[in-house]
Amino acid sequence: MTVSRRNFLRGAAAGCTAATAAVVAPAPAEARGNKELPPEAVGLLFDATMCVGCKACVVACKEANGLPIQVPMERAYEDPSQALSPTSFNIIKMYKEGEAKTKDVEQDGFSFIKRSCMHCVDPGCVSACPVQAMTKDAKTGVVSYNADACIGCRYCVMACPFGIPKFDYDKAVPEIHKCQLCNHLWKEGRFSACADVCPTGATIFGPVPKLLAEAKRRQAMTPGEVAKFPRRSTETGDQTKEKPAAKYVDHIYGEKEGGGTQMLMLSGVPFDKLGLPKLPERSYASMSETVQHTLYDGLVAPAVVLGGLLAATYRSSRKKGGSEEDSHE
Amino acid sequence: MSNYESAGGRLVTPVTLFLGALVAIAGYFVLMRFLFGIGAETPFGAVTNLNDGYSWGIWVVYDVVIGTGLACGGYALALLVYVFNKGEYHPLVRPALLASVFGYTLGGVAVMVDLGRWWNFWHILTPGYANPNSVMFEVAVCIALYIHVLWLEFSPTMFERWGWSNAARRVNKVMWVLVALGCLFPMMHQSSLGSLLIVMGAKVDPRWHTMLLPALFLLSAISMGFAVVMFEATLSADGFRRPRETPMLKKLAVVLSGILAVYLGLRFADLGWRGQIPALFQGDFLARMFWLEIALFALPILLFSRAAWRGSPQVLFAGSVSMLLAASLYRVDGFLVAMTPNGDAFHYFPSVPELMVTIGMIAFEVLAYIVLARVLPVMHGHAPVHGASKAAAVPAGD
Ligand code: SF4
Ligand code: SF4
Ligand code: SF4
Repeated sequence: MTVSRRNFLRGAAAGCTAATAAVVAPAPAEARGNKELPPEAVGLLFDATMCVGCKACVVACKEANGLPIQVPMERAYEDPSQALSPTSFNIIKMYKEGEAKTKDVEQDGFSFIKRSCMHCVDPGCVSACPVQAMTKDAKTGVVSYNADACIGCRYCVMACPFGIPKFDYDKAVPEIHKCQLCNHLWKEGRFSACADVCPTGATIFGPVPKLLAEAKRRQAMTPGEVAKFPRRSTETGDQTKEKPAAKYVDHIYGEKEGGGTQMLMLSGVPFDKLGLPKLPERSYASMSETVQHTLYDGLVAPAVVLGGLLAATYRSSRKKGGSEEDSHE
Repeated sequence: MSNYESAGGRLVTPVTLFLGALVAIAGYFVLMRFLFGIGAETPFGAVTNLNDGYSWGIWVVYDVVIGTGLACGGYALALLVYVFNKGEYHPLVRPALLASVFGYTLGGVAVMVDLGRWWNFWHILTPGYANPNSVMFEVAVCIALYIHVLWLEFSPTMFERWGWSNAARRVNKVMWVLVALGCLFPMMHQSSLGSLLIVMGAKVDPRWHTMLLPALFLLSAISMGFAVVMFEATLSADGFRRPRETPMLKKLAVVLSGILAVYLGLRFADLGWRGQIPALFQGDFLARMFWLEIALFALPILLFSRAAWRGSPQVLFAGSVSMLLAASLYRVDGFLVAMTPNGDAFHYFPSVPELMVTIGMIAFEVLAYIVLARVLPVMHGHAPVHGASKAAAVPAGD
């Protein structure tokens, strides 16, 4: 018995070491790194210091996507969309602290924050979806959803670090709902409704490298310095009136988070206070896929293990004299 | 002829009727779910309390993630008997296999109940739709294949009952291939069930989120397999009034302790490596859950540490229960308790209908196990203790 235990433990330890080695120390060549920004990636830049909380973008988003507004149109800014939902792809939330007197200040201040799909460079939802119902466009990087493929497993909901995909729990024929960057408007020559309608230029649309350059320009300004800022889109030439630059926290949210996102954000209040998660630079999708690929690429590892198992089971089935009763007898 | 026999006894008893009633209640709520959606209101509360923060509830975490772990008895024993060549455990194989067939098949059924767009299920197995980067793809394909392997492994038992000895012989000829596949597939998907959490990243507390999740899930699944064999062997010895398999279970207890020691060693080494040890002493709720888990994992090692203790059926039973609770809690913690969704304040606790569906699934499993063990030759042939004829055997639960 001691012998059997020793043998077994040795086997278990060996198996365990192999599994651990396979998982912990994949050859660098096999590790899947973060995905790269697609060549024609487009996205949004949201600058919390310019947002006045008018919620015009919330209404515009609903209109553009044919979503119901729960209160009469003239009072639409009171839409009780407290949170993203199957009928709200975009919301403006408020941060308040203490007396909430000064805008864009952490203490005794307040700020607004836009929440909608971040169009991650290396999205968890796309990696997780078992049936390619969530896809990332190879050129523009827009992450969109195809209900016809979806099996409703909600792994995308679980995998998104930002809590974006929303599911119809009370429908017999449910779907996932989320912002698809208004790519259905492109054929009419239009772009993201939320950016199009934003009166202050707090949300703008454009190619991601241009948005990033604009974000960096704003961060480099001295607070109070007057300048004009793009409005609606970096491509339309619309500008705001001259206004003073704000005091930003030294961080462009989305530049690196979780492998980067195509929606970038600037703010005067630290982003974790605004409800945005702290994420490492390495995308979780790349971690998950590294494990999967290390274990399953080309089915090499399973084939090797199966070979060993077959040898063992064959041997033990012969041991009893090869009668047909050998196996489960 | 085989040296297995059925347990015998009456099929309709108060116990089986009660189980049948639970199954019927679950059936009603499953019907509501298909008619109105997985979160629809019923007169008894919402079908489930799932929300976009906790989009996977007990139907996934218990019915699939824990349920298939509990169904690892067949796998764990096959490893021991056929791979590590310990033929003496053979008498435990068939009952364990029966439980595995049911556990996995019902896990598959539970998935269909949980899937929002279940009619598209075949997409996951179809090239063009399937996404091999997805952990869930691996889990689904592997479990689907394994369910087939399990039924084939179990089929000679049914063929014997129906007198199809040719068919039984033919399957037994290739049994060694089936057994090898039956060892491979659980290795793959039981580890992947842990990998499902990797992409969820920061939402899972770092005390649970690690790249070693697949190894930890696999080890704990194997120990669940052994524990469930001990648990069932003790229960069915009492329930069906059959002799206990204590000497064998005693040895199994030693094997189980060994695996648990490896599991605990790996888990603490990983926590140390990632600098999470101080977080274990933070005294927060999650830290307490962590230590509860560890205590439950360690208790069987302690209980089985002395030969005299291991000889007692009560100790074996207690140790196996502790182990099953440990691994179940590990899974519940990873998927639900240690999970903090981003965004709005989400809460999840299963609704009454949701619980009733899961309870109904368990009831169905137990019911089917009782019925099949009474009619199919799954029990190892001993001289029955309480008289030789089936008629004299007393049904369980009377
Ligand atoms: S924010 Fe969420 S839903 Fe949007 S692309 Fe990223 S992972 Fe997907
Ligand atoms: S719910 Fe649909 S879109 Fe989301 S991961 Fe599952 S199959 Fe993909
Ligand atoms: S891009 Fe379109 S769908 Fe997305 S938040 Fe803006 S308006 Fe809504």
